[in-house]
Amino acid sequence: MTTRVLELDGVDVSFGFGSRRKHVLHDVGLTLDEGRTLGLVGESGSGKSTLAKVVVGLVRPAAGRILIDGEDMAGAGRERIARLRRRIQLIPQDPYASLNPRMTVGDALAEAIDPLRGRAEAHRDTIAALLAKVSMDADAADRYPHAFSGGQRQRIAIARALAVGPEVIVADEVTSALDCSVQAEVLGVLRDLRASMRLTMLFISHDLAVVRHVSDEVAVMSGGRIVEHEQRDRIFASPQHDYTKLLLASVPDGKPLRERRGTAVSK
Amino acid sequence: MTVAAVKPAAPRRRLRPTPGLIAGLTVMAALLLLALVAPWIWGDEAEALGGTPYLPSSSEHWFGTDPQGRDVLARTLVATRTTLLMCFGATAIAAVGGIGLGAAIWVAGPRVREIGQRLIDVMISYPAVLLAMIVAAVLSPGAVTSVVAIGLATCPAFARLTTNLAANIAARDFVSTARLLGVPPLRLLRRHIVPNIAEPLLVLVSVAFTVSLKALSGLSFLGIGVQIPSYDWGKLLADGLQDIYNNPAPVIGPSVAIVLAGLAGGLIGDGLAAALSPNEGGGRARGDRAKVKAALGALDASAAAGAVAVADDLVVSLPDGTRLVDGVSLSIAPGEIVGVVGESGSGKSLTAMSLAKLLPEPLRSDAAQLRVGDLDLTGNPSRSRLATEIGIVYQDPSSSFNPVLKLGGQLTETLRVHGGVGRGEARRRAVEQLKLAHVTHPEARMKQYPHELSGGQRQRAMIASAMLTKPKLLIADEPTTALDVTVQAEVLKLLLEANERDGTAILLISHDIAVVSSVCDRVLVMYSGRLVEELTAGQLRAKDAQHPYTRALLAATPAVDEDTEPASIPGRPPQPADRPAGCAFAPRCALVRPVCHEERPLLRITGTGSRAACHVVGEPAEAGAPAAVEAGAPAAVHETSDVPAGPVLPEQGAAQDAEETAR
Repeated sequence: MTTRVLELDGVDVSFGFGSRRKHVLHDVGLTLDEGRTLGLVGESGSGKSTLAKVVVGLVRPAAGRILIDGEDMAGAGRERIARLRRRIQLIPQDPYASLNPRMTVGDALAEAIDPLRGRAEAHRDTIAALLAKVSMDADAADRYPHAFSGGQRQRIAIARALAVGPEVIVADEVTSALDCSVQAEVLGVLRDLRASMRLTMLFISHDLAVVRHVSDEVAVMSGGRIVEHEQRDRIFASPQHDYTKLLLASVPDGKPLRERRGTAVSK
Repeated sequence: MTVAAVKPAAPRRRLRPTPGLIAGLTVMAALLLLALVAPWIWGDEAEALGGTPYLPSSSEHWFGTDPQGRDVLARTLVATRTTLLMCFGATAIAAVGGIGLGAAIWVAGPRVREIGQRLIDVMISYPAVLLAMIVAAVLSPGAVTSVVAIGLATCPAFARLTTNLAANIAARDFVSTARLLGVPPLRLLRRHIVPNIAEPLLVLVSVAFTVSLKALSGLSFLGIGVQIPSYDWGKLLADGLQDIYNNPAPVIGPSVAIVLAGLAGGLIGDGLAAALSPNEGGGRARGDRAKVKAALGALDASAAAGAVAVADDLVVSLPDGTRLVDGVSLSIAPGEIVGVVGESGSGKSLTAMSLAKLLPEPLRSDAAQLRVGDLDLTGNPSRSRLATEIGIVYQDPSSSFNPVLKLGGQLTETLRVHGGVGRGEARRRAVEQLKLAHVTHPEARMKQYPHELSGGQRQRAMIASAMLTKPKLLIADEPTTALDVTVQAEVLKLLLEANERDGTAILLISHDIAVVSSVCDRVLVMYSGRLVEELTAGQLRAKDAQHPYTRALLAATPAVDEDTEPASIPGRPPQPADRPAGCAFAPRCALVRPVCHEERPLLRITGTGSRAACHVVGEPAEAGAPAAVEAGAPAAVHETSDVPAGPVLPEQGAAQDAEETAR
């Protein structure tokens, strides 16, 4: 039997006051079972990132419930939230902004292991194990982030999220700042982790192709609502909602957009 | 991307002393030495009474004597200690108090922070010297009082800078991540905030030193600072002032001292700011690399003759000679859509910007031939012909329009300035172009500001603006990268329409293979500043590429309609300065041969009619070679999906070695 790790029920979020009040999320409901990856797609302004912030507790919803392992986060006090927060970890989008340039990779990971007293020396073995999980050498712990490429930094960010031993990982556009060969590297690491650790993940992206390769199920957001939530294969094979259809049809598949004149490479 | 290519690879800031900084530090060191030794050497002379008062400058008393007959030069030298001590005291109070206050306000939480910042704003609006004068006047005047007063009065500046910088750093991802991890505020401050804001604070410390020097001297000069019998430079200035019209000499000593010390503080501040600025970094001087002179004769004379744009052996280089674009040759036929794909740093944007004469400052381009139409770009082409014959669409529509000007003026500007078209006619044409670009309400848009349009509408307006002058060549640099996928499809269609309607040739730069192959006729693949393959869009679409890099790129691209797992390319591209002698892709290539490390491959026609710069697949005589590629690339795909990502190919070891060296 699978455990329901994350459940959102009727979540409403709005920003601003009076006439400038903007509703960002309308009655959003989501469930995520252990070991599953839910791909969340939608265009800019559809509320994906706000939903991610709600899930990790950075934004408090006006209404609705957020259950982590059955515990309600929306009604929780400051301390309970702090405790619940560690059970959900976020991998941010930009690997160049998400690591402190003045801290070695080892210190950054040690801080994730023990936020109060973490020192790299005290957790050497754990750090090496974490780095191994994302296919990096243990000696990476002694270097500063600038020594690493974008893909390597993103792998370090993943290792940091794993260090907490979280129940859910929220990956917010983790590959959109990366070149496609580097993106493949990060997707490969996530794929292996899903297989080896039964990782439960909310994978947010605007890129349908990427979502297809990472997710077990896919939810489509538009205008602050979830318009479709289905198993991956079903949503790509037979989308039901009009917006999902439009989204899928818009992805450039390399097929020519018009009839081509007979041009050939100059010989 | 253009900027990224110029940036040094390692963003670690290192202190690089400027001449100003060295001069400032030298003067400051001399003053400190003086402060240490002067009272011992000249102490007695400075205090000795009984000399002749009001003496003018002479060889015995360079700056004359004061009303009590004491030597002003000796007194000035001796006063260095008191003055500097007071300045350091005030600066220390300001820095410790201010940074502490700022940090405390920042840690205390959002509500306190809000109120605290307003309070600091109020405090900062009071002139520090005035505040100090009041404090000094109310308490009994003296050295300690004025030091404390000036120190406290300078606190708000530090407090505000600290909170502002902290807020700035706190908005960064790594701080919010640390928060999510449960790192408590004080530790957050110590480990994440302070190390990242230390540099600007250090600069402010040196500025505060200069400010307190002026303020303290001012107080002493007014008589509410240092009291008799002690003296500092300000006090000496005040003493000398009494008889300045008869005997100006005594004023010179303390004046020069104050100016020198102030200058030293200022120079140190400026020097620190310049030395710590990340923009100053980079620019390693490198010796002459073995120059691969392009016998690349890649440019086809017959194709070039009627071409709308030609670049032959184009080299874009940094001032130190590093080639960011290394011998690229291309030609674009009239009405043709040519795509350039490559990853960031591959030089695709630089190549395109060379064709528009829009390279960022320190970069220079050289080419055997570089022209658009009959406009020669190697010399100094006329600006108005550049503006009218080449249209450009940038990646980010939100930054390519000026936000404070209405669209109408921006759209008609080129026509009116360079096209010699009247206001009304320019307007009419602009509206027509907006209509053609499917911008909604074209008339009304002319009166709107760029921010009133959505991203998609803005990019349409950008295309309309680029097409207004009926350019021969439209350069579109990642025109859809910042757009949503549904809008992207529409903008791409729009480019095709413009191409068909006016026969405008398009050079489309993109990192997205799918975008390029759905729009272009012909595609150029770039890697590490070089052209590695040229093929038709049809070949690219059919994944019928020959060059190992193009194949790897195709294998790394996830497809929305396929389940094949994207395969990563081991290693990473070389820095332009460390480009290997032979093929730039050799260290990451699965088909590498010894010759690849030694000799740069030329573009050659392959079996399928594409042109690839590869020693292995470029050999049409060897029938087995392309087959080996066929087998090679898919194998790599399988291996990556089975084994945990990371070292899979035998070549990976070599690639990692290369990577280590690159660091």
